[in-house]
Amino acid sequence: MNTVVVDSISAAEQGTSLWTDAWARLRKNRLALFGLWVLVLFSVIALLTPWLAPYAYDAQNLDLGPTPPSAAHWFGTDIFGRDLLTQIMYGGRISLAVGFTATAVALLIGVTWGAIAGYVGGRVDAVMMRLVDILYALPFMIFIVLLMVVFGRNLLLLFLAIGAVEWLTMARIMRGQVQSLRQQEFVEAAISLGLSPTTIVRRHLVPNALGPIIVYTTLTIPSVMLLEAFLSFLGLGVQPPQTSWGLLISYGAETMEEFPWLLIFPGAALTLTLFALNFLGDGLRDALDVRGSGD
Amino acid sequence: MWRFVGWRLLQAIPVILAVITVTFFLVRAAPGGPFDSEKAVIPEVKAALEAQYRLDLPLAQQYLAYLADLAQGELGPSFKYPGRSVNELIAAGLPATAELGAYALLVAIFFGGMAGVIASLKPNTAQDYIPMSLAMIGICMPTFLLGPLLVLLFGIHLEWLPVAGWGDMPGDKILPSITLGAAYAAYIARLSRAGMLEIMSQDYIRTARAKGLPEWQVVTRHALRGGLIPVVAFLGPAFAGLLAGSFVVETIFQIPGLGRFYVQAAFNRDYTMILGTTVFLSTLIVLFNLLSDVLAAWLNPRLRAQFGEA
Amino acid sequence: MPLLSVTDLQVDFTTRNGRTTAVNKVSFDVESGKITAIIGESGSGKSVACYSLLGLLPTPPASIEGGTALFEGRDLLQMSESELRRIRGRDVAMIFQDPMTSLNPYMTIGDQLVEPLVYHHKVSKSAARERALELLTEVGLRDPHATIDQYPHQFSGGMRQRVMIAMALINEPKLLIADEPTTALDVTIQAQILALIADLQRKRNIGVIFISHDLSVVADIADEIVVMQQGLVVERGDRAAIFDHAEHPYTRKLLDAIPAGSKAVTAEQREDLITVSNLCTWFGQGKGKEPLRAVDNVSFTIQRGEILGLVGESGSGKSTIGRSLLRLLPITSGEVLFDGVDVTQLQGVGLKQMRRRMQMIFQDPYASLNPRMSVYDTLAEPLLLHGIESRKTVEHGVLRLMDDVGLPRAFVRKYPHEFSGGQRQRIAIGRALATRPEFIVADEPVSALDVTIQAQILDLMLELGSEYGLTMLFVSHDLAVVRHIADRILVLYKGQVVEQGTGEVLFNNPRQEYTRQLLQSIPGRALIS
Repeated sequence: MNTVVVDSISAAEQGTSLWTDAWARLRKNRLALFGLWVLVLFSVIALLTPWLAPYAYDAQNLDLGPTPPSAAHWFGTDIFGRDLLTQIMYGGRISLAVGFTATAVALLIGVTWGAIAGYVGGRVDAVMMRLVDILYALPFMIFIVLLMVVFGRNLLLLFLAIGAVEWLTMARIMRGQVQSLRQQEFVEAAISLGLSPTTIVRRHLVPNALGPIIVYTTLTIPSVMLLEAFLSFLGLGVQPPQTSWGLLISYGAETMEEFPWLLIFPGAALTLTLFALNFLGDGLRDALDVRGSGD
Repeated sequence: MWRFVGWRLLQAIPVILAVITVTFFLVRAAPGGPFDSEKAVIPEVKAALEAQYRLDLPLAQQYLAYLADLAQGELGPSFKYPGRSVNELIAAGLPATAELGAYALLVAIFFGGMAGVIASLKPNTAQDYIPMSLAMIGICMPTFLLGPLLVLLFGIHLEWLPVAGWGDMPGDKILPSITLGAAYAAYIARLSRAGMLEIMSQDYIRTARAKGLPEWQVVTRHALRGGLIPVVAFLGPAFAGLLAGSFVVETIFQIPGLGRFYVQAAFNRDYTMILGTTVFLSTLIVLFNLLSDVLAAWLNPRLRAQFGEA
Repeated sequence: MPLLSVTDLQVDFTTRNGRTTAVNKVSFDVESGKITAIIGESGSGKSVACYSLLGLLPTPPASIEGGTALFEGRDLLQMSESELRRIRGRDVAMIFQDPMTSLNPYMTIGDQLVEPLVYHHKVSKSAARERALELLTEVGLRDPHATIDQYPHQFSGGMRQRVMIAMALINEPKLLIADEPTTALDVTIQAQILALIADLQRKRNIGVIFISHDLSVVADIADEIVVMQQGLVVERGDRAAIFDHAEHPYTRKLLDAIPAGSKAVTAEQREDLITVSNLCTWFGQGKGKEPLRAVDNVSFTIQRGEILGLVGESGSGKSTIGRSLLRLLPITSGEVLFDGVDVTQLQGVGLKQMRRRMQMIFQDPYASLNPRMSVYDTLAEPLLLHGIESRKTVEHGVLRLMDDVGLPRAFVRKYPHEFSGGQRQRIAIGRALATRPEFIVADEPVSALDVTIQAQILDLMLELGSEYGLTMLFVSHDLAVVRHIADRILVLYKGQVVEQGTGEVLFNNPRQEYTRQLLQSIPGRALIS
């Protein structure tokens, strides 16, 4: 084994890091890969919608009215004769944007909050997490409905409101991670080496807490998208002339008896995306070996 | 144990107070008064109306007066349904919502718990994959999509079940209960599977097997209790979710429940109704959270002992 | 005819990486009224062999590929699950390693105790409870009438193991399988449990299989000894044969690995490097509660170049002292002088410079290395931090450390999970040496390792200690190990130093009752003196 004389690092065997390991495991998980590709595909479509959409977003054709899927309109048309595929593509932009943005908000607040509480510990931690506990007990779903009623249907507000709910879980997970990592002997070793707190956080805590954060981020996106669709369905989220999958589903449900495709295609788009994200999240959870629910 | 309950109740009070305060000021901060939409209201009438609803008082006084009313269980008059109080409206909507919620919860616990436990007994076999795939569908299929699809299939296409109503026709409670409960059944299935798998890998399960107990006794006597604690702890959040879900389900199936009133009140900008319902529902949710926490703690002897002495 | 006769047992495991044979043609006998010890290190297949007899291995991944196991003339390996179930807990009972996790935390011990009796013999619950009370008294549980309705978490580890033993004996089995029953316990408790098992076994004239990784644990109680290595039985024989004239080299290696004798002490007086005066480290336990006095008014000195052993049982505060010296825990009061400087008062740059001079080696080689950093990153970090090597020369420095701790240079880019426990501990030692420290706290550095590896790491530490001229505080629960490595020993009990002296003096002339008790608890005392 040791016949080669190793006198520089590059001559040594390459090890497999945990990330390489996880990636290898993820690649073996077909459902997760499927989820990843669907997600990439939908994101690309959403980005390029203005160029890809077969019709203009506001193009109506009242004479045409609702028609079932055809060669000209793959997903059919709605009661105003608008192309449903175009509607779904534009709706997807909003749905995905809400999903990613609100999750980013949640991630930013939650991770910072949780990391500070977990790292500083003591009384600061107690106060910070007690606040999270109290907020947790608030019926947020009802609050968001209220917020949308009171301040009108404002997209920015929607991002913030949803992000504000979801950061709580993120904060709990991050705090749990940091706290359990802090008690690990390798962090004690880092302290006794004389490393500064920022270096310890950067080199020893963050890389090890990243796994669960990635997993829960992936799983937060679908729950945010569901929330947006729920509000839009009730007429409290995105509102015309903008559209989203939730709104399209709500229109489709009104006329499903006569024009079922108006319900089925937007529903399929939303469900497929949620499947993709959940498969990917579950796959990442297995690949990164993240256990427990974080509380 | 009772001290724990008392302590948690005490903690619930500031939460509920916060809900009331935030809701009150949010509603008051809303742009546009409640009577702005009605065109050409004579100023004198408007003033009289505002006096009746105490809108002429300074905000702080309005707030204190509202708190005083609440303390007597009085949620005030409705803006949009003259002559009817919010209490009456809630009382009218509550029975249907409570019944729907109860059925949905039963569906969720029964099917979800069963699916999760069954799946956990033979992980990574068909017995695991099939219920867990169903659970995945349940999680990815939003209520407001599942409802219409079920109506389309069982109501319109097959004509097996009524498409709407509540207690008007036999079987009209089935679809709404399933629609509302499905997502939570899915969550519970996943939670109970994970919980059971965790417990079944514990050393004390090996001990139970070494005693010669048959597998079903190992599961029922030794694993179930610990494995289902996460499910019990989830019931609080699930209840909150069910209430929100009832907004949608009651709208889809035209059920005269609280959820539908709430959505209508939101559209009508019926501020006292929104305020009253929010306060009422929030209190319910906080109490239910408390109940599920207490239950989960009670199931765990170590926690029970801790709170016994705390 | 023996009570149990295992012949040519083979158990395979099928994993994603292929098939491995965990137990390979294993044969042994257990006689009624005798204790058969199965000895082996991790991965030797000793537990797998016994679990497979009772159908307690999950299949898959495990599969029994051959052999017979005649128990009272009937082959256990041919029995159906329901036939086996009638034997488990009735004729053959088990106790396990970790009493903390082997009892159901959601059931009272009474309910768990009566279960085998009620299930196998259809005894009424009240009669079973009476029997349980008798047994609890017999295994030495204080006040069984009051404690029978308590939950496991209300008992200490030793008491839980007594409950486990009572539970195993409630159906008066003919064979008891004890899987490392004392490994998780403190040494004084271990001695009590060993005595209890031997006593109950004699009284009931039952057969016992005692599985252990440690030859010295079974030195006083085993009648027969079976030594296993990598799935094979390498040697078997009665106790005298194994201990007095072992034939197989592996058995001899195990015997040699038992740390024996005291370190030769040099009488030469050296300057004090560390002076600890009135050190207190207390932990708050919340408002209105007395603080936990983990370390209470402890004073001692360590001379330059000396290895000071610190022994005590769990909760004695021995680890807390080590961490307090290195400022890894906030101390409550007291003074720690290191080369004349009070460590407790240092801040900022001064503290960082001091950290360079004192390092730590931790107990758990699985937790003490950052799993996301390669060996190179782990070793280079301290070298660069303290400017010991420049960016250009750090490569050379890391490779030299690899040489020092006896790791092949070719492994330098691998990650912790690619190494065995012993190798990881070498990496951790390398990291501690990287800053060229004068003083090292070694907190149970070998207690998580297999016995033969333990001996290697101890030798490495002694060797590097003299090469680098290190001063060491060696913290351990294991008196034999400490006596083997330390120049002087401090005995700790409930946060206080009860006795100190050289190993020789302490072992031959203990002055304090607690020290005496501790010494008497050492299993196989004859082996180490």
